[in-house]
Amino acid sequence: MAELLRVESLAKRFGGIVATDDLSLSIPEGELHAVIGPNGAGKTTLIAQLSGLLVPHSGRIYFGGSDITGVSMPSRSLLGLARSFQITSLFLDLSVLDNVALAVQAHAGHSFHFWRSARREPELRDPARAALARVGLSARADLPASALSHGEHRQLELAMALASQPRMLLLDEPMAGLGPEESARMVSMLRDLKKELTILLVEHDMEAVFALADRITVLVYGRVIASGKPEDIRNNTQVRDAYLGEQEAVHG
Amino acid sequence: MTLFIEQCLNGLQFGLLLFLLAAGLTLVFGIMDLVNLAHGSLYMLGAYFAATFAAWTGSFVFGAVLALGATLLVGMAVEVIAMRRLYGRDHLDHVLATFGLILFFDELVRLIWGAGGMSLPLPSWLNTSVRVLPGVDYSAYKLSIIVVSLAVAAFLYFLVMRTRLGMLIRAGASNREMVGALGVNIKLLFTLVFGLGAALAGLAGLMQAPILTVQIGMGENILILAFVITVIGGIGSIRGAFVAAILVGFIDTLGRAYFTDLLRLTFTKETAATAAPALSSMLIYLLMAIVLVIRPEGLFPASSK
Amino acid sequence: MIPTFNLRTTVGLLLLLALVLLPVYVELTGSRFLLTLFTRIVILALAAVSLNLILGYGGMMSFGHAAYLGIGGYAVGMLAFEGITTGFVQWPVALLVSAFFALVIGALSLRTRGVYFIMITLAFAQMAYYIVAGLARYGGDDGLTIEKRSQFIAPINLSNKVQFYYICLGLLCGAIYLVWRLVNSRFGMALQGARSNDTRMRAIGFPTYRYKLTGFVIAGTLCGLAGALLANHTDFVSPAMMYWTRSGDLIIMVVLGGMGSTFGPLFGAVALLVLEEVLSGITEYWQIILGPLLLLVVLFARGGIDGLLGKARHG
Repeated sequence: MAELLRVESLAKRFGGIVATDDLSLSIPEGELHAVIGPNGAGKTTLIAQLSGLLVPHSGRIYFGGSDITGVSMPSRSLLGLARSFQITSLFLDLSVLDNVALAVQAHAGHSFHFWRSARREPELRDPARAALARVGLSARADLPASALSHGEHRQLELAMALASQPRMLLLDEPMAGLGPEESARMVSMLRDLKKELTILLVEHDMEAVFALADRITVLVYGRVIASGKPEDIRNNTQVRDAYLGEQEAVHG
Repeated sequence: MTLFIEQCLNGLQFGLLLFLLAAGLTLVFGIMDLVNLAHGSLYMLGAYFAATFAAWTGSFVFGAVLALGATLLVGMAVEVIAMRRLYGRDHLDHVLATFGLILFFDELVRLIWGAGGMSLPLPSWLNTSVRVLPGVDYSAYKLSIIVVSLAVAAFLYFLVMRTRLGMLIRAGASNREMVGALGVNIKLLFTLVFGLGAALAGLAGLMQAPILTVQIGMGENILILAFVITVIGGIGSIRGAFVAAILVGFIDTLGRAYFTDLLRLTFTKETAATAAPALSSMLIYLLMAIVLVIRPEGLFPASSK
Repeated sequence: MIPTFNLRTTVGLLLLLALVLLPVYVELTGSRFLLTLFTRIVILALAAVSLNLILGYGGMMSFGHAAYLGIGGYAVGMLAFEGITTGFVQWPVALLVSAFFALVIGALSLRTRGVYFIMITLAFAQMAYYIVAGLARYGGDDGLTIEKRSQFIAPINLSNKVQFYYICLGLLCGAIYLVWRLVNSRFGMALQGARSNDTRMRAIGFPTYRYKLTGFVIAGTLCGLAGALLANHTDFVSPAMMYWTRSGDLIIMVVLGGMGSTFGPLFGAVALLVLEEVLSGITEYWQIILGPLLLLVVLFARGGIDGLLGKARHG
């Protein structure tokens, strides 16, 4: 499969703290690549740099063959790189459908249309409803986004990421705060999505990670300490000491 | 040349006055994340209290001390009654609520003291000149403003850098949540900080009263300059407020003095007289715009975020 | 698009109807003063409508909006002073100059956020104030009297108070409708999204700056129109029109009426100015009540009048 995302020696510092340290990654099209690591490993910082919210100090990012290191965040989204947020970042005062419709609108040309009601444009509303149906939120479409439960927020996050018809999804802890039932639902949804999209998944939920990932990269203090197939990672002693061991201790 | 030195001293004096005002504003802004438009009202109250108490007691200094105390009390009262409910809210809410306070205080002053304004005459022992340099006589009162302001600045520096309270203030300016988590009585800290800011504003107001003005609306005029200084200096930074205030004080004073002369070369006297303050104000706003573009956090940002 | 008919819309439309019928009432009762008062209310409501676009819907807290009142007003005033009294030149100039300044001020200010944005818009408005106050030729601090109102072709005669009132009212209605269509269009949704969560908007692909700037220019232009009307109404312009506390008044109207609602600015303008009239009849010191009232609204009735009407429906 062709390489879709390539990261070369990415580095990012915040004052004295090294958040990303000589990080390199290569993700072929169609792969679900998980990034795991202890808290503070720089996973969200990585996603922020990939999506364009943060600018790296050095290193390069290539998407679909082109260098996007200097490309703005809105433009990256238009190129097909979409992200979801770890901390819910929705349009809380707008309706659920409006939220997704905005994601559609972003990719439907410019928005210098001043007269026609956007809420009645099938061009915007239909794909939005489709995305909501995909994640199972159709019944809640007309409610204000603030009325949704946390689990439903995560679903909405996903719907918005999907509505822009991306080539690649950057998912930042989509399972955060979900109960067992909701997690299972999310896992099966992601398994479906895997078939059409390339996904970079940052997660703490190890069950989900090992169930879904084609390959896994382990990050500690912003550095890659291991990268490979799930079985290899599971058996890697360094990783176990640094991270999985920690996980086992936590889960007793 | 002597005129230049005099203007420089004027600039310094004005700058220091602005510093007192801006210091309170930046503290409150930095620690409580509170945009307080009514800061100018406290400045106004300081002036009015001083004029009143000086007239009652017959002593300028006594009146000033009482005015300071009164402003401090009003400040703390305002904090407890109104400001407490605004913490954590949107800045727009702060702007609106404190704007309402401005209206309230302006009317209150008009109610109590009338619309005409007041005057605060200088005691004779301050109403002289002092020879600061050979050939340069400067107003003793303005000199005392400089001295008092520098003393207060030094006191603030000592307070913020060397005391426990100051440490809490600095910590609060860079990370509010942490200070709360440390188990400090946040409510009391906030009231004290707000009170300190009010006292500083009141001091600035009463000190400028004899030489500038005591009238309704005086707070609004100078408030913007105070905010501009806060922005240039960096929100939450007293050091920044100091540097920025001196800078602004100089630009404003020298600008007014010399632009008038400069403009008079080409324009009529009245055009020059009206255009000069406009130009020097514009220069200050231009400075703020430049700072915001190059260093948006201000010259000496206090916050680590 | 059919607007949902609820209490808020009903009250809004009834209010407009009452405003339309006002001159009839004035004829019957002879209280000419009411006509003057409500002409002013209508004009300021127009200014509030323009501010509501960027503040209520766009989330841009501009504390310098009154500058455009002054710019539009002075365009009329200055041209009149120079002998150009035809409205066909004055009003387009007022609109163009307002648009230009909004473009420049917006382009610079919108690079900042939050309180910095407030300060910078405030500073620009003050700059405009100082510039105009420094123009000795046009009256400086004292202001400029306008001898003749904007001339259009007969039968339009702005000096006829009733006619002028209806022209202002017509423009207000037009503005309310325009803003309503605007905020529901793709452009409006982009603005609302930017207000709700600017980072998310950029993450999903919206270059929000250009939409916010466009909104800013539209709002400034509309307010410039209000300024031209105000100049005609008072036959006078002065720098005080754009002092920053006037911007505060406009913000109060928008918030009091209900931010981000169709009729909010109208409710706010009427409420504030009528309250002003009523209270100042009771006591000279009415602002003592207005101040704390504003504080209470901010603390407890954040959605303004429109919000209260909305809640009333749901019991």
